[in-house]
Amino acid sequence: MDVLSAARAQMALTLGFHMVLAASGIAMPLLMLMAEGLWLRTGRPHYRYLARQWAKATGLLFALGAVSGTALSFELGLLWPRLMAFAGSIVGPAFALEGFAFFVEAIFLGLYLYGWERLSPLAHWLVGIPVALSGLASGVLVCAVNAWMQAPVGFELDGSGRLTNIDPLATFRSPFWLPIAIHSSLSCYIAVGFAAAGVYATGMLRGRQDAYHRSGLTIAMTLATVTALLQLVSGDFSARMAARYQPAKLAAAEALFDTQAGAPLVVGGIPDGDSGEVRFGIEIPRGLSLLAAHDPDASVKGLNDFPPDQRPNVLTTHLAFQVMVGCGFTLIALGLWFWWARLRGSEHRWLLRALVAGAPLGFIALEAGWVVTELGRQPWTVYGLMRTADAVTPVADVPGSLLLFTALYLGLGVVLVVLLLRLAHGRKVKEEG
Amino acid sequence: MPLEDLVAAAGLAGVILYGVLGGADFGGGIWDLFAGGPRRDEQRAAIARAMGPVWEANHVWLIFVIVLLFTAFPAAFAALSVGLFGLFHLVLLGVSLRGAAFVFRGPQVAHRGAGRWGTVFGVASVITPVLLGMAVGAVSAGSLRVHEGHVQVAGVVPPWLAPVSLAIGGLALTLCAYLAAVYLTVESQGELRDDFRRRALFAGTAVVGLAALALPLLKLETPHLWHGLLGLRAAPVLVAGVASALLSGWALLRRRFRLARAAAIVQVSLLLSGWGLAQYPYLIYPDMTLQDAAAPDPTLRFVVYSLPIGLGLLVPSLWLLFRVFKRVES
Repeated sequence: MDVLSAARAQMALTLGFHMVLAASGIAMPLLMLMAEGLWLRTGRPHYRYLARQWAKATGLLFALGAVSGTALSFELGLLWPRLMAFAGSIVGPAFALEGFAFFVEAIFLGLYLYGWERLSPLAHWLVGIPVALSGLASGVLVCAVNAWMQAPVGFELDGSGRLTNIDPLATFRSPFWLPIAIHSSLSCYIAVGFAAAGVYATGMLRGRQDAYHRSGLTIAMTLATVTALLQLVSGDFSARMAARYQPAKLAAAEALFDTQAGAPLVVGGIPDGDSGEVRFGIEIPRGLSLLAAHDPDASVKGLNDFPPDQRPNVLTTHLAFQVMVGCGFTLIALGLWFWWARLRGSEHRWLLRALVAGAPLGFIALEAGWVVTELGRQPWTVYGLMRTADAVTPVADVPGSLLLFTALYLGLGVVLVVLLLRLAHGRKVKEEG
Repeated sequence: MPLEDLVAAAGLAGVILYGVLGGADFGGGIWDLFAGGPRRDEQRAAIARAMGPVWEANHVWLIFVIVLLFTAFPAAFAALSVGLFGLFHLVLLGVSLRGAAFVFRGPQVAHRGAGRWGTVFGVASVITPVLLGMAVGAVSAGSLRVHEGHVQVAGVVPPWLAPVSLAIGGLALTLCAYLAAVYLTVESQGELRDDFRRRALFAGTAVVGLAALALPLLKLETPHLWHGLLGLRAAPVLVAGVASALLSGWALLRRRFRLARAAAIVQVSLLLSGWGLAQYPYLIYPDMTLQDAAAPDPTLRFVVYSLPIGLGLLVPSLWLLFRVFKRVES
């Protein structure tokens, strides 16, 4: 394996692993707060028990997120030293602000996890608020770095190709920051919400129709459904931003080869980058033009308009995009089905089974979305400025470190899943008093 | 004071805080591994109690230092990442296993495999500070050469395996063990406290012994560092550091545990400051100074302005954390 492929694989592995933990660090605290808040209001003990169980899971996930986040901050240099030498001073400020937010989250999570007996109930709930807020803030802030890599602004290039006249807040002026931050934050709540709902649906299918399981399901589905519906708007916003600033990514995601007015939307299908054809896809006439510009006759740029060495991998980008959108719409349907059934006062077993099946879809959509974002930017690491191949480390040992990290994360991932499952189904819950 | 010096001072402060706080957490892991005698389980429980609420916050100081490094001194970060590629990967392995093992065997999930994770936690806590100390040694020893932004490693032995690096790694290990044992004397009572007092005295003796061995090595292998340490800038700080070390040891002998803790914190802070001053103005000796590696002024100014704001948020939060969990009930 060559160094570039190994470095990209190691980065993808670490980011992909961290993404799940980061999403949990953002969304789990909100679930805990909702449950504990309900306990404070109603005094019904099963809400407190829910909050405590979610806090335990958060403790596990956050610790692993802290160490995989540390790995990422080192790996920026270990794998991409030339990117960091080139752009460290411009992306650094966003990382620094994220660092402060993450610090606050670590401090207050310590207070929350270990403070059940030491703090009054209200004080304990209150220290949970900075956890949820700073978790969200650190995600939003770090998205600015990615946004800047997608659409770099706020500098000039000197004669030798170095960045000068740097605006230290440049990352926050990238037009992609807002759409990426919103889309990514919502996806964290969706992923965690549906995953948590799946846990309680499993319990209910096993006959535990108690208040604990019903409330767990309701709280998780409240968060998941609201954010899934909001994601529709945010997704539309993101697609139009891509059309404007990264047409090659949109063309790859939508498998559009020829520039055309009234471009169709291809659903599914397997695009072939060499022949420029899509097999087995379903075309919705004018769909893409409508999506990209809100105008059915608008012209959309196709991949063939880009030099071959500036095209992303159309097959992977398109498939990942289909997976993300497919999961997203499935989850919206699931959310609506749940609330429709809830309003009619019945939870059919088929609904519970569907919720169990849908539990991983949010995380799959989250990962697939980042695949679209990152692969769609290729061959660039900083769009239009620095190619990924020019950023990679000169060290030849990357295949070895990739092997090391694959083994490490595989091991940690398996243990984490086992422990979380045990936490979820560990013991019968005492009925509320 | 030039901007880059100001930022470097903040970075050194981050290193010191990581050393004093995060270092003690590594020390906790070391004493978990070497827990023994009739109160083995009580020792481990005391360590877990002391670390549990704070270790993640303490760990963030490492991230703080790394982010500051690549924001303010991107060229140095790139050079270190290339030159210490293997070492940093091992550090990450250690950091990951230490953190994961601590929660895998922790109170959040009591289960049967906990004992094995305890061993992983201990072993990773022993290895990681040695590796971090070796990294410190490597940037000071002059074995990592940078020419026009490109790292050159002389010889087949990686620069971090030089004898000076190994010695500093050993010192880091014993200092972590010392800090943890001293802190634990304050946070425990009775016979358990005596256990930690004995461990602290043992680790303190090891620190002194290793330092005595390392000094001639420094003089022989890295005369520039030797002269730096003895120079007018660093020497007074180091002398004060040694005095604090002696005070801390004396306080331990006299069972004045809170004084011992305060003096140990001052000791480690001064020793790290002395190292920083001896190293100044180099980030990577002898090819990269702070000025060579510094980011453009707007970025440095951003760091200088944002630090007070960030600290304004962190300091009260940290105060609350330590007040809730570290107040001595006596």
